[in-house]
Amino acid sequence: MTDTSTAAVAGSDRSAPASPPPVKQKQRGKWDLRERPELWMVPAVFVLVVALWEFGVKLFDVDAFVLPPPSAIAESLWNQLTNDLFWGHFWVTTQETLVGFAIGVTVALTLGTMISQVPILEKTLMPYIVAFQTVPKVALAPLFVVWFGFGLTSKIVMAAVISFFPILINVIEGLRSADADRVQMLTVFGASRSQIFRMVRLPTALPFIFAGLDIGIVFAILGAVVGEFIGAQEGLGYLLLQTNYNFDIAGMFAVLVVLSLMGMLAHLTIRFAQRKVAFWAEENRVIGA
Amino acid sequence: MATQPALADDRSTTGPDAANWIDVAGLHKYYRPRKSEPTHALSDIDFQVRRGEFISVVGPSGCGKTTLLKILAGLIPKSEGEVSIAGHAVTKPLPEVGMVFQAATLLPWRTILENVMVPVEIQKLDRTTHRAKAMELIEMVGLLGFEDKYPYELSGGMQQRAGICRALVHDPAVLLMDEPFGALDAMTREYMNVELLRIWQEKAATIVLVTHSIPEAVFLSDRVIVMSPRPGRITEVIDIDLPRPRDLSVMNTDRAGVYVSRIRQHFNAASVID
Ligand SMILES: Nc1ncnc2c1ncn2[C@@H]1O[C@H](COP(=O)(O)OP(=O)(O)OP(=O)(O)O)[C@@H](O)[C@H]1O
Ligand SMILES: [Mg+2]
Repeated sequence: MTDTSTAAVAGSDRSAPASPPPVKQKQRGKWDLRERPELWMVPAVFVLVVALWEFGVKLFDVDAFVLPPPSAIAESLWNQLTNDLFWGHFWVTTQETLVGFAIGVTVALTLGTMISQVPILEKTLMPYIVAFQTVPKVALAPLFVVWFGFGLTSKIVMAAVISFFPILINVIEGLRSADADRVQMLTVFGASRSQIFRMVRLPTALPFIFAGLDIGIVFAILGAVVGEFIGAQEGLGYLLLQTNYNFDIAGMFAVLVVLSLMGMLAHLTIRFAQRKVAFWAEENRVIGA
Repeated sequence: MATQPALADDRSTTGPDAANWIDVAGLHKYYRPRKSEPTHALSDIDFQVRRGEFISVVGPSGCGKTTLLKILAGLIPKSEGEVSIAGHAVTKPLPEVGMVFQAATLLPWRTILENVMVPVEIQKLDRTTHRAKAMELIEMVGLLGFEDKYPYELSGGMQQRAGICRALVHDPAVLLMDEPFGALDAMTREYMNVELLRIWQEKAATIVLVTHSIPEAVFLSDRVIVMSPRPGRITEVIDIDLPRPRDLSVMNTDRAGVYVSRIRQHFNAASVID
């Protein structure tokens, strides 16, 4: 490389960017409460609601069978978390969710790619996909229990089926969204179909696919729990029913809290992966083509 | 033409000699959208480009300049007429043609260097030598230090310059440029013009440049094609007889001024100013 002085002909952006001094404001900004009021407002809402709930229940003398106070739920949650039996249920549901999700993702990715690449497949299958999409998948759960029994399999199938559709739709939509100008650009340089797929279509589809995964994982939990409602001897859905039969309403709430946390964790994991993999699609980073 | 031998060899039989390296004869283009009237975008376009010539196309917006370049690039089919480059009928993109697009069309998931290397990757050329060349080009357009940045970290003009590097990295014999400098400020634009002339002389490339700047066309070209709209046709082809090599001072000469005003007259007559 020759010296850079010749490059300094015009425009301030010509010279190499001297690595800018770290912007102090920005470093502080990330956790600055004045910059991001949500950092204290979110916990504040939680505290407020819990406090109102606790005192409201006491004040109006609400029966614990109807609405237990948060303190009772916390106690019940603690009892559960320190109980091996509970963790057994937890792992069962986790397994059903993850295995079902994995199957749903695999099938959706494969089928979605095929449909988007082979026009005749798209024309043939799309009407069926649209039709199936309108079927309330939850209603299939009893059928799956009949077909696959009371074990894990029926719940895995349920989780797979219910997470499959949102992912499939997003894969198809994503693979079809490639910018025509970008495809043309690659074409001029002689790109083959597979090169165009790899260099433009797939990256374009990634943000869509992640959006599908995000919905899909939450649906998978739903599928597993609904499956357990219908017929099971273990799992958080089963535990939910048990606590319900025993009028252990605080215990029910405790399980609900755990299920919510599972969903939240799954969602955050997907979001994290998305930020890493499809980094260019974050806000402020969309370039005008 | 049934078979298409590699561009470099065999110029004997069908004889693309240096005079009609790019040969466009009786070209018509109709766009036929499904639910509206067809557009007659290009009408009876005839011109030849010598090997190693620098030719510019000017004309009001919508007169079919981009359409013409896309047909030359093998991206869209013609409706009538003959189009050949180096003796090969253009029916699909030819490997020795490079193109700079009206919009930069960088891939947002690739760094600037990776974007510039796209043609190298597609055509499976040697990476190491072309990487060095890519870096040279990046330096030439003033993007040194930005090669590992992503397009969203660059201004529109900087992205456009990266697009120019991408078009040059595989040493295309024919370079098609669609308003490549439109997004640049005046000073950068003049600098890029001078650099483009340097590259053109160095590589002995054949360049077809679409521009809406008449002085730019005069400064760079051997000939300027003037087009009129609806349907797009060639109204005049003007030889630019200015000495080479040129530097920016040539634009202060009377002769250059005469060329500029002569081309400008066309647009005044049609009361369309580009
Ligand atoms: N894909 C298309 N389908 C239908 N009509 C088109 C299409 N592309 C271009 N046209 C029409 O063809 C004509 C020429 O368009 P073209 O893009 O070639 O113009 P241009 O000279 O490049 O204009 P500009 O200077 O604004 O870039 C226009 O009337 C346009 O509306
Ligand atoms: Mg155009």
